[in-house]
Amino acid sequence: MTRSDVQLMLDVKAGDDESFNLLLRRYRTPLVNFLYRMVRDTATAEDLAQEVFLRVYRARKEYSPSAKFTTWMFRIATNLALNSIRDNRHKQMETSIDAPRNDEEDSAPRELPSREMRIDEHMVERDRSQFIRSAITSLPEKQRVAVLLHKYEEMDYGEIARILDCSESALKSLLFRAYETLRVQLAPLVAQPVRTSAGEGRQS
Amino acid sequence: MKCEDVSKELIAYLDRRANSAERRDVEEHLVACEPCRTRAEEFRKLWSVLDEVPVTEPSFGFDARLRQRIAAEPKPRWFAWLVPQPRLAFAMALLVALSVWMGRPRDKAAQNLSADEQFQMIEHLGVLENYDLLSKSDVLAEVPAAPAQPDQSDDQTPPDNGGGTL
Repeated sequence: MTRSDVQLMLDVKAGDDESFNLLLRRYRTPLVNFLYRMVRDTATAEDLAQEVFLRVYRARKEYSPSAKFTTWMFRIATNLALNSIRDNRHKQMETSIDAPRNDEEDSAPRELPSREMRIDEHMVERDRSQFIRSAITSLPEKQRVAVLLHKYEEMDYGEIARILDCSESALKSLLFRAYETLRVQLAPLVAQPVRTSAGEGRQS
Repeated sequence: MKCEDVSKELIAYLDRRANSAERRDVEEHLVACEPCRTRAEEFRKLWSVLDEVPVTEPSFGFDARLRQRIAAEPKPRWFAWLVPQPRLAFAMALLVALSVWMGRPRDKAAQNLSADEQFQMIEHLGVLENYDLLSKSDVLAEVPAAPAQPDQSDDQTPPDNGGGTL
């Protein structure tokens, strides 16, 4: 019989390291994916995922099952990801101030191409999944977290609201705005006939 | 239901987490509102598009590196059970230090009374220890305020206290 996350964590608390390995096997892929979609860098995503597991392990003695294990774990992951994004932004700002000015590079904003751009032109530069990833990354941080947890982790509204520290009503508005932005950004793909799913996530 | 009201419930309707009343309200609106119906349909397609993003698997050495980091974690020390919380330990140490400081002799000079002063204090001890006398403030007012005047204090005798003569 499969033990629940809470039971596994309580066993880890009692000193059973094998239960920690089970949690690791259960959540390493979802965590790495979530963090990769947040920070868009494989090495950073893995480092952050390791840090999440390390913090879970360190906190094992004080663990009490007051909330779902995934809520706790993804809250840690979200905070780490947001801190990493902010640190990286600061570093980029420092670099851009120190670096010699290059007008050509500076004039190219780090954003998605306009809607007027033909989809085949865009696909020459990037593949389809890269285009989708870029659209997700272009969302404001809180909206991005909400979409990733809702669409790919299939969490319920209460759980996501606790992770983002907001009300369920606010979360629903947040999700609507995020999906509306993605609908506009990915309009060329949304307008095409639906392809066979190659990835993960909820089939709606 | 207006379009802006639907926007709040549309996601819950599409992912089938809305309750039956909310579903009915949204469905009624979608039947009547073409733009919202189109948007709902495009949201469904959008979710299929988002499913195309491939899964990123952790690298081969992910577990090994994590176990290495866990093994490098400092082991709990033998006295760790005694001090479960460093902040608590600090607070307790502070409390002990404060108690010692509060309990120290305040002013040694004040305690080193001269022989005369001590004698006068003992002289008035009967008055000070008499509860009946102390409970009557008007009588208490007659107690000499300054023990440094032996002539006056000798003349005053508490009116209702036979044992008060010093």
